[in-house]
Amino acid sequence: MKIIIVGCGKIGSVLVSNLVAEGHDVTAIDSDPTVINELTNIYDVIGVSGNGVDCDILAEAGVAEAELFAAVTGSDEFNMLSCYIARKMGAKQTLARIRNPEYNDSSLAFLRQHLDLSMPINPERLAARELFHVLRLPSAANVETFSMRNFEMVELKLKSDSALDGLSLIDLRQKYPQKFLVCVVQRGEEVIIPDGNFVLKSGDKVGLTATPAELHKLLKNLGLLKKQARNVMILGASKTAYYLAKALITAGNAVKIIEKNAARCEEFSEKLPDAVIIHGDGAQQELLLEEGLKSMDAFVALTGMDEQNILMSYFAQAQNVPKVIAKVNRDEFAPMAEHLGLDTLVSPRRTVANIIVRYARALENSRDSSVETLYKLMDGKAEALEFIVHNDCELVDIQLKDLPLKSNILIAGIFRNKKILIPAGDDHIAVGDKVVILTTGHRINNLSDILK
Amino acid sequence: MNHKMVFRTVGKIVLAEAAMLLLPTFVSLLYGENCIWSFLITIAVALVIGGALVLGLRPKDKVIYAKEGFVIVALAWLSLSLIGALPFTISGEIPSYIDAVFETVSGFTTTGASILTDVESMSYGLLFWRSFTHWVGGMGVLVFAMAIIPDFSDRSIHILRAEVPGPTVGKLVPRMKDTAKILYLIYIVMTVTEIILLLCGGMPLFDSVVHSMGTAGTGGFGVKADSIGGYSPYLQWVIGIFMLLFGINFNLYYLLLIRQFKPVFKSGELWAYIGIATAAVILICVNIWPLYEEFSEVLRQSFFQVSSILTTTGYSTTDFNQWPDFSKAILLLLMCIGGCAGSTAGGIKVSRVVMIFKQIGSELQHMLHPRSVKVVHFEGKKVDQQTLHGVGVYLMIYVLCLAAVTLVVSLDPFGLETNLSAAMACFNNIGPGLGIVGPAGSYAAYSDLSKATLTFAMLFGRLEIFPMLLFFSPATWSKKG
Repeated sequence: MKIIIVGCGKIGSVLVSNLVAEGHDVTAIDSDPTVINELTNIYDVIGVSGNGVDCDILAEAGVAEAELFAAVTGSDEFNMLSCYIARKMGAKQTLARIRNPEYNDSSLAFLRQHLDLSMPINPERLAARELFHVLRLPSAANVETFSMRNFEMVELKLKSDSALDGLSLIDLRQKYPQKFLVCVVQRGEEVIIPDGNFVLKSGDKVGLTATPAELHKLLKNLGLLKKQARNVMILGASKTAYYLAKALITAGNAVKIIEKNAARCEEFSEKLPDAVIIHGDGAQQELLLEEGLKSMDAFVALTGMDEQNILMSYFAQAQNVPKVIAKVNRDEFAPMAEHLGLDTLVSPRRTVANIIVRYARALENSRDSSVETLYKLMDGKAEALEFIVHNDCELVDIQLKDLPLKSNILIAGIFRNKKILIPAGDDHIAVGDKVVILTTGHRINNLSDILK
Repeated sequence: MNHKMVFRTVGKIVLAEAAMLLLPTFVSLLYGENCIWSFLITIAVALVIGGALVLGLRPKDKVIYAKEGFVIVALAWLSLSLIGALPFTISGEIPSYIDAVFETVSGFTTTGASILTDVESMSYGLLFWRSFTHWVGGMGVLVFAMAIIPDFSDRSIHILRAEVPGPTVGKLVPRMKDTAKILYLIYIVMTVTEIILLLCGGMPLFDSVVHSMGTAGTGGFGVKADSIGGYSPYLQWVIGIFMLLFGINFNLYYLLLIRQFKPVFKSGELWAYIGIATAAVILICVNIWPLYEEFSEVLRQSFFQVSSILTTTGYSTTDFNQWPDFSKAILLLLMCIGGCAGSTAGGIKVSRVVMIFKQIGSELQHMLHPRSVKVVHFEGKKVDQQTLHGVGVYLMIYVLCLAAVTLVVSLDPFGLETNLSAAMACFNNIGPGLGIVGPAGSYAAYSDLSKATLTFAMLFGRLEIFPMLLFFSPATWSKKG
C-alpha cells in the first residue's frame, strides 16, 4: 500500500520503520534534508525534502495515488493544512497528529468533518489512556484491552521472589484452578509462545488472558493483587499529564501534579480545578517526600526528559511506592530502564506507531484479509489479531487440541454469545465466534493461515 | 565491518551468476559445441562457492552500512569476474587465465576491450557469454540480484549507491526491489526492441542478440573482426541511435512511462548530452569531409563513432585511426565525458561535467564579486555543497588514477598515443583506443602486467573508483576504525 508520512521527527521515524517492516511503499517528507538523507540510508523508502504543505512537493511525493497520508509534524496547524491539501489532491485516507488540548475538545469533530480527516491522532491522549488502564490494574506491567468487552491481556513481570518462578505451565494449571491462559512470554530479547512444558523463570514478562473476575482471583492467589491506584502523583505538567489527570479525576481519584514552570501550573490549575498543583522542581527528592510520595498509590513521571523520568521513577520505587510508571520516548532507553527494575514504561510514539500500523493493516484488510483488529504486544514482537469466524472456515467444530497449528501460534480467546471463553484443548471454534489469535513471526491474513 | 553479511551477499551474487551461466550453456547446446562442458564445470564451481557462503554463514546481525555496501560491490564484481573467466580458459579458447579475466572484466564492466585477435573463430556459446556479461554488467549485477533474489537487505540502498554510476542516486519507487525491477523491465524492453529492429534489417538472429546486448550495456563486444563496419547503413543507424538511447539516464524513461513529460523535457543533463553529441558530430563531419564521397556516409560515420565513444560503447564502423588528428582529439575528449548518470555508460558522466562547469562559473563570479552568494542549480534544484565537493574530489581521483594506469602501461613500448588511449579506453569502459589498440587492433600485444593493470582500471572505472579504492584500503578492514 502506498503511504506518505509528513514529518520525520520522533514519531515520524518510528512510523516509517514500522510501516516499512509491514511491507508498505513509504514516501517520507521532511523539511530537513539531513533527516531525509539519514532516513533513506536506514530504511527502504523514498525521501522528499521540502515543505509538506507545498502542492508541488506533495505532487512530487505522489499524493494522488497515496492510500494513506499521515501528517505527524510537531505543529497541529501544519498537520491539518497538510492533510487538507493532500485530501484535495486525491489522498484516500488522511491522518493528522493533533495534540493541542484546545483542538481536542468539542471542536475536534468539527475539524475532522470539515478537513475530511480519516482519523485525528493525539499521541499524548493515547498515552494517557494507556496509563489510565495500567493504573486501574496496578499489578500488571501493562494492560491490553481488546474490542470485546471484558477481555484483556495483562502483562506481569515476574519478580525474583515470584511464586511462579520455576513452575511449568502444566504445574501452574494444577496449582491454580482459575481459568486463564498464559499466551506469551518475553525472556530477555526473545518473545515465546509457550507450550505446556514451558518453565517460567523470574525476570520473564508474562502475558495472560482471563476474564476480569478470574484474573482478580488469580492475582489474589498469587499474592500480587495491589489495590487500585486512588492516590496518584504526576511529575511534569505535560499534555499527557493533562489528559491522564482529567481521566483519573473523572473516575474519582486524587491527583497531585508537580511542575517547575509557574505559568504551566497556573494553566493547569485553571483547567483542572480538582487536582492539586504543586509548583516546584520535581527533581528535588525532598519536595517529593514532603508532598507525601511515600503514601501515594502510584507515581507517574511524565516530564519531557526521559532521563529525569527514569531517575525519579527509580527514586520513587526505592520509596516503596506500589506502582511506578515512567514515560520514555527514546526506544533505546527502554531496556536500560527495565534493567533498573522499572517494569512499566509508556512511550507515546510507540503507541502512535501501533495505532497507525493497525490502521494501515485494517485498510489493507478490507482487500485481501479478514483481520478485524490488530494489536502489537511485548514491544511489538508479538501480535494479537481478531477474526470473525464465517461459514466457510475450515477450523469450525474441531477440538482445538486436534488442530494442526503452526508453531508460535495460539488461540488466546473465543468470544461467543457475548461471553468470553478462555480456550482449553477440548473447546472448539463455532461459526459466528470472534477469535483472538496470538502470533510471533508469522504474518496472518486469514484464519486458515494458522494451520500448517 | 559485518563480514558475515558481506560474504553471504557475495555468495548470493555468485549463485546468481551460476543462474546466468545457464543461458550460454543453452546456446552451446543449441549449436552442439564442446564448450558446453566448460560452462557446466563453471556452474558447478559457482554453485559450490556460492552455496558454501550462503549456507555456511547465517549472520544474526543483518544490518549493513555504507562501508559494507562498498565492500560488497567491490568483492562481488571481483568474484564474478574471476569465476566468469573460467569457461574461456577451460574450453581452451583463451588459454591464459589472465587474458580470460581481462576479457571477462572487459565484459562485465561493459568496456569491450578484447585481447582476441580472431573473434570470428570463437564458439557461439563463449561469444554469447561475452556479450551477456555486457548486458548484465551494464545495468548492474547487484541491481539484477536485488530484482530477483528475495529478502535482500533492507539497507540495500548502500549497495545501489555503490554500484549505480552518477553523483547522486535516486530511487524510482519507495521499494528498492521494485526500483530494480522497473529498471530491468525498461532495459529488457529496449533491448528486445533493438533485436527486432536489427532482425528487420536482415541481421542474423545470433548477431542481432549479441549486438543488442552489447549496445544495451554500452559494451562493444561483437562477432566480427571489423565490428559493425560490415553491416548495412540501416543496421549501423539502428545501433548508433540505440547506443545513444542507452546512454540516457534510465530514470527519464521511467518518467516517460508514468507520463511525466515535463521533467524529462527540462532535464539539464539530457540537453547537455544531446548538445555535446551534436557539436561533436558536426565538428567531425566538417573535419572528415574530404575522406568520404557522399554526405550521408560522412554523417553516418561521424554520428556512429561519436555515439559509440560518448556512450563508451566502443563499436565502430570504420577505423578512426585513419581520421585526421582533430577528430581523434575530439573522440579522446568524448571518452572522458561518457554518458548520463544512471545509464549503462561509463566515463565521468555528463551530469558531473555540467556541475563542474557551473561551479567554475560560480567561482569566477565569486572572484569578480567577492561578497556575492551564488547557489549552483542543476535539474531545477539547488546542488548542495557536499555533492559539489564529491564531484570535485571524484575528478581529482579520476585524473590521478588515469595517470597511474598510464604510467604502468607505458612500460610497454607502444608509444604515447597507444598507451594513453589504452588507459583511457579501459578506465572509461570504452574498449578500442587509438594506435595499435584502435578499432582494428586488440590488447593482445600488452604484457601480463599491463593487462592486469588495465583489468583493474576497467573495474575502477565501472564502479566509479571509490568501492574498489575502499576495498583495497587497509582502513576499511581495520578493527580499530
